[in-house]
Amino acid sequence: MKKAINVTMPSSAEGMSRVDGRLKVTGAAKYSAEYTMPGLTYGVLVGSTITKGHILTIDTKAAGRAPGVLAVVTHLNSPKVPGDQPEKGKPVPDKGALKVFYDNKIYYNGQPIAVVVADTFERALYAASLVKAQYKAEKHITNLPDNRDKGFAPRGEGVYKRGAADAWQSAPFKVEQEYIVPTVTHNPMELHAIIARWDADDKLTVWDKTQGVNDTRDDLARLFKIPAANVLVHSQFVGGAFGSALRTWPHEVAAVLAAKVVSKPVKVVLSRADMFTSVGYRPFTWQKIGIGATADGKLTGITHEAAGQTSSYENFTEGPVGVSQNMYACPNVNTKYNLVSLDIATPTWMRGPGEATGAFALESALDELSYAVNIDPLELRIKNYAEVEPSSGKPFSTKFLKEAYQLGADHIGWGDRKQVPRSVKQDGWYVGYGMGSGMFGAYRSGATVRAKMMADGTLILQTAVSDIGPGTGTAMTIIAAEQMNIPADKIRFELGDSSLPPAPTQGGSATVASVGPAVVKACTDLKEKFQKLIGNGGEDHPDYAKVLKEHNLPSLEVTSSSDGGNGMEKYAMNSWSVHFVKVLVNAATGVVKIDKVACVSDCGKVISPKTARSQVIGGAIGGIGMALMEESIIDHRYGRYINNNFADYHVPVNADIPQIDALFINKPDPIINVMGAKGMAEIALIGMAAAVANAVYNACGKRVRDLPITPDKVMG
Amino acid sequence: MKQFQYVRPATIQAALDVISKPGSKIIAGGTNLVDLMKRGVTAPDKIVDINHLPLKGISEPIGNVMTVSIGALALNSEVAENSRIKELFPLLSMALNAGASPQLRNMATVGGNMMQRTRCGYFYDTTMPCNKRQPGTGCGAMEGVNRMHAIFGASDQCIAVHPSDMCVALAALDATVEVAGKKGKRYIHFADFHRLPGEKPQIDNNLAPDELIVRVIIPTNNFSRNSYYLKIRDRQSYAFALVSVAAALEIDNGIIKNARLAMGGVAHKPWRLFEAEQFLVGKTASEENFAKAAGLAMKGAVGHGGNSFKLKLAPATITEALKHAAGLV
Repeated sequence: MKKAINVTMPSSAEGMSRVDGRLKVTGAAKYSAEYTMPGLTYGVLVGSTITKGHILTIDTKAAGRAPGVLAVVTHLNSPKVPGDQPEKGKPVPDKGALKVFYDNKIYYNGQPIAVVVADTFERALYAASLVKAQYKAEKHITNLPDNRDKGFAPRGEGVYKRGAADAWQSAPFKVEQEYIVPTVTHNPMELHAIIARWDADDKLTVWDKTQGVNDTRDDLARLFKIPAANVLVHSQFVGGAFGSALRTWPHEVAAVLAAKVVSKPVKVVLSRADMFTSVGYRPFTWQKIGIGATADGKLTGITHEAAGQTSSYENFTEGPVGVSQNMYACPNVNTKYNLVSLDIATPTWMRGPGEATGAFALESALDELSYAVNIDPLELRIKNYAEVEPSSGKPFSTKFLKEAYQLGADHIGWGDRKQVPRSVKQDGWYVGYGMGSGMFGAYRSGATVRAKMMADGTLILQTAVSDIGPGTGTAMTIIAAEQMNIPADKIRFELGDSSLPPAPTQGGSATVASVGPAVVKACTDLKEKFQKLIGNGGEDHPDYAKVLKEHNLPSLEVTSSSDGGNGMEKYAMNSWSVHFVKVLVNAATGVVKIDKVACVSDCGKVISPKTARSQVIGGAIGGIGMALMEESIIDHRYGRYINNNFADYHVPVNADIPQIDALFINKPDPIINVMGAKGMAEIALIGMAAAVANAVYNACGKRVRDLPITPDKVMG
Repeated sequence: MKQFQYVRPATIQAALDVISKPGSKIIAGGTNLVDLMKRGVTAPDKIVDINHLPLKGISEPIGNVMTVSIGALALNSEVAENSRIKELFPLLSMALNAGASPQLRNMATVGGNMMQRTRCGYFYDTTMPCNKRQPGTGCGAMEGVNRMHAIFGASDQCIAVHPSDMCVALAALDATVEVAGKKGKRYIHFADFHRLPGEKPQIDNNLAPDELIVRVIIPTNNFSRNSYYLKIRDRQSYAFALVSVAAALEIDNGIIKNARLAMGGVAHKPWRLFEAEQFLVGKTASEENFAKAAGLAMKGAVGHGGNSFKLKLAPATITEALKHAAGLV
């Protein structure tokens, strides 16, 4: 049994449970694909089977004649998407989002070339198999390592230089290595799904899996040239996303087009195979790090190069090299980031975007350096601890990473670690310890919340934010309960609907930091309104229901906003994490078992302990997946994914997951917002893969620099 | 999915009548067939549901009948958890529990497990070449992504592997398969049930299209104290084997009297290691001898690039499995 290990936080049992937990575990929570309505029809996408070229002919006759089929929409008969059409007098941009059914061009394998609509899903699926296209294929490239010479610097973020270039080379102790993070697919349990219904020629309602109902609304309004106010987006529950639902994808546009053609609501649910080509992924990234230190472990220079893949039609950029600029105090740092355009779909942000990729390389390189210098890797990090942001010289709003190091080291039993690999054996398995740090910007943006006190004393809070699983509704309820001094079960937090007051898209670990202050503001304003009603002498937390009754009011409401704050003008603001991992390695067969994990988060004040703990455990498991098994494999001859299913694309199962201790520093950041709470989703994963790789090396002496660390790379 | 007819014959004889017609497919647990139908790999006109046929039982060895018989429709989970199976053939129980997930084991049957198709990605993607799915189209895996593929017994037509764990144990245990056909029943030695791809990779085994698996018969043995099934895979559960080894030893005073070895994840069929078995007989149960046996077992192994690591992983796994079986770890 797990003992109560968390010294700085109440144990999970003491935190409030998820407000929607019961709905979720009983199946009562309704996800986008589960809605039904009169006249609902079903769309199934047909994907391109070539990787680059164009469609010569597309035969839809058999599909059109199949039982139950209402329409087969292709580029030949699709209604035009007004927002995709060239505008008079304006140059056509050379890159941009894929235009659905726009012309006969093929940019990637699996690109939608048709959507078949039928009266049942099964009939649509069968008819979709009857659509036959003839193509003119062109030579394609889908392999990054072979095409790195085609790399180019994305606008605005190619090269960074601090101090002398390549200073690491003249250091007495140095390491230069290449690291690979392969394509990794988000693969949330819930498949992406949308129901699109045109209520009038210029009025559209969608039930859609999205991390931002307002972004989806604005995208669809722009594409179909209708007023944003006429687009209603519902997304009350989202079964995980990890970034895959941060933008509007082709299948969503296809569903809206299909609904227009058949004049009925159309439901499109992606298949698991579609998930690999339709909703982004973490891009395959090659990295090289040169790093040097003095004999006592002081960093003298870091050179970090990265090349990430993008599609041929869009430049997707993230920040893999950013961690090298700001994780450690180092006088000489230069970084270079390139993109390589391949004939694949566009990648997108995935949990810890950029930083997770960069931290694998940096935190692995630091570990390698620690062996070169022969210094404990934790000590090496403490020696190079950044007290101010290295790139700007700004003070940090708060940074308690040193405390986090100590807490985590104590929990994992770092004192038992031996510096020399293959020193410790337990039941025939080598034992190793590793660590990896993470950082991510502490972002915050504006949000608006409506707070409405009902006659029965129920407080309804409304805002358009999504909750993709972290427990947003729970955290906001906890904040409001404290502000209003009412029990949590008297509060209803309504979200995931574009008709509600605006809130930012759920991404970048910014929801609690952004929406939380708006909840505080709304509660403050509502209490003030009550005060005015009561007149002089009213108490701060009156009996709200009683006051309403006395004034014969059905309810009292306010709509209040908070802004994005201006802390970043004066401060460098980040959340920080460190992951400690103990592994067992069978050197003969290469099998790696994670024995224990301790993750420490420095993310300001923790609002909701129980869901925060779940968030960290989820991030750590995602990190274990990234470290040991996740990889979307393309057969580059064909440009097609070969393991696009849950039997062959491995995510960790229960048997892979050991005890994970989620620990928190839990000290408020006074700059970020009134609660002192910063984001914690990304840092739960960033640095984890390196911690595992470092532990594997410490156990058996095998350094794996290309993820995932499968048995074949460790054995022998 | 193509529309199909569903039939449920009342007797084994009636089932045999139906399955002899082209375009029909037997369904038991359906854990593989339904996937194949969803992906368009197979599109039967007729689904023959045999789940209610009396083929479920697990018999005890009685009197001088020194065998255990397992009905074709016995669930993988039932067999794995059966106390007599655990006692007499722990190897089989271990292999079954190493396969799939609890949910799948609760659906999958013994016969269905034997009849499952390869999990080669090229076989499942109907836009790719695959001689097993579409003879004459070529082998996508040969020059492609073949990390999971065969190092033994492959042909230039096909390098797919049979994905079962259960079958590896049954091959090691010298089981026999009883099949029913219109002309009556016949028996196939388990090691001969599955076949190598040769020139006809579309045919997985030696069961005729109009035959039905009735039961699997396992002779009792003296291996129960020294058996081990070791499966090396990319995650700790619910993953197909990179390499798996069924090892069974009969040890008397530290000397090996009898040995059985079979490998999974390396061939188009469960791969018996006869030469290694013979080598071990009369030898002491030591890591050194196990490693030598493993070396003998690798004769004729061929890597294809992505799977070449198995040339090293396989002997390591054999040695490790034998050590476990002998109680050396």
